[in-house]
Amino acid sequence: MAGYYEGLLILVGINIIAVIGVSILTGFTRLFSFGNGGFMAIGAYTGAILSTKLHTPLAVSILGGMLMAGFVAFLLGKITLGLKGDYFLIATLGFGESVRVIIENLQGVTGGARGYSGIPMKTDLFVIVISVALAIFIAWNILHSKIGRNFMAIREQEIAADAIGIDTAKYKNIAFVISAMFAAWAGVLFAHYFTFIVPIMFNLAKSSEMTITVVIGGLGSLTGSIVATTLLTLLPELARAAAEYRMLAYGVAVVLIITLRPSGLMGYKEFSARAIYYWVRDLFSRKAVKSGEEVSS
Amino acid sequence: MIWQQIVNGISVGSIYALMATGYALIYSLLGFSNWAHGDIAMVGAYLGFMFIASMNLPWWAALILALLGAGLLSVISERLAYRKIRKNNSPTMFLMIAAMGLSVALQNFILVTVGSKFKTYPQVLPVKAINIGGVYIGLLDLISFLASVIVIIFLYYLIERTKFGLAVKAAAANMQVASLLGINVDRYISLVFLLAGSLAGLSGVFLGMKYTVYPQLGNFALKAFIASVFGGLGSVPGAIVGALFIGLMEVFVAGYISAGLRDLFTFSLLVAVLVIRPTGLFGKDIQDKA
Repeated sequence: MAGYYEGLLILVGINIIAVIGVSILTGFTRLFSFGNGGFMAIGAYTGAILSTKLHTPLAVSILGGMLMAGFVAFLLGKITLGLKGDYFLIATLGFGESVRVIIENLQGVTGGARGYSGIPMKTDLFVIVISVALAIFIAWNILHSKIGRNFMAIREQEIAADAIGIDTAKYKNIAFVISAMFAAWAGVLFAHYFTFIVPIMFNLAKSSEMTITVVIGGLGSLTGSIVATTLLTLLPELARAAAEYRMLAYGVAVVLIITLRPSGLMGYKEFSARAIYYWVRDLFSRKAVKSGEEVSS
Repeated sequence: MIWQQIVNGISVGSIYALMATGYALIYSLLGFSNWAHGDIAMVGAYLGFMFIASMNLPWWAALILALLGAGLLSVISERLAYRKIRKNNSPTMFLMIAAMGLSVALQNFILVTVGSKFKTYPQVLPVKAINIGGVYIGLLDLISFLASVIVIIFLYYLIERTKFGLAVKAAAANMQVASLLGINVDRYISLVFLLAGSLAGLSGVFLGMKYTVYPQLGNFALKAFIASVFGGLGSVPGAIVGALFIGLMEVFVAGYISAGLRDLFTFSLLVAVLVIRPTGLFGKDIQDKA
């Protein structure tokens, strides 16, 4: 039973890393992409091939996968990021599906549609905890640096960001590459946990699931996305009877949120210990404040 | 052999065309790609299956009912989701995200209610192939092709020759001005969704009869969607030309190169079109109204 819970935590961790990438791209730069499943696949296959053929340690496989995905994202971003809004989304969709079809057809290298097996099992709870902590640390620092502020400027008004001298094309590409690298990181961990991968695992449904999670968590909240990932991964496991209805509920939730509360559960807010402390303090001191107001009036 | 391939390509392409015109109609009005369109076609296919297999209706009655059902579903989806987003003045991107959510919801609704098993339509049309000079044309292919042609001519008449078409074109050009001029824009949007949904339902039933019915049938619409991008988003004639082109290309790639590479060609075409000429063959304006 302990193994079951450990597996669950590992799954949550892998999803968190992938969703952080989507959150940076979609939540903070407002670029919607359906290609992150494709980058996860690139990472998973690169990492798996490195580990089985060259017997590299996990850290090297992760780096290799991330570099590969980052490089592909850089090239793809160069040619597609000039496109507006949904044209970009459509281009990433075409890319994501192409990656899957290419992997299916490269029988000799990837094992084709039947999958790639015999990957050493290297992802354990320790690796996941370190990875997630590192991923959150990196993402948090990127978002609170000049790069992150430029992302948010692009999100709010791309034309205005351009006007005040932000190289929007460059920063959009940076966001795209970063998000691809996070996806690849998650992909390598995924491959080394399940030890067997097939291209269909990283299809359009996977990409849209990640985007859905970010929309639910809040377009512009890193912690919101992380909380949403945890909840959305754990809920169907804890309530097995409801597991069947999981994706149905996701779909309905997205429609409801985007129509009723487009900023998502958290909006632009982040969870923080200080905010919770203030909230609790206010809750208890509300009575005191009210009586104080009466005295002053 | 080559003529046989052309006939097969046109037969697939005409089904794509039915769906692609729906994408184009909705895009020309609201400026977003309706991801749920393919899933509405899928629901149409299931409705048709239900009417034929469970209720033993004749195939033409089932076809009409499925068509109406899909059209109605399309209108309801616009009423419940897209209209609210339009009134919120949210970015058009949000329409697309809502459509994506709707697509996931519809697919999984069918999955939990009907199940994931593939269903085969009962034999309603005799499997006869007509031989014209050595080229075999299936009866179903012929009927779906003729239906597509009739529908497309009807659509052309509707858009170019009636008041309805004039109002829709006015709303597509500028929704606010159209509504100031006394056009009930909301009503016309509903009507366009009814029209697009019905076309999707029709193509869904034909797809179901030609292949099988399953919850991911909507993925076929991805090809139709690529066709409408290739033809130029928002352009109805572009969508038709694009659909026929993709149908032919798929058949030729599968026939002469490799069946496994068929999808790769289609998706690469999509990326190539977007990079080289994002407006497609007949598209005009691609500036995002920020």
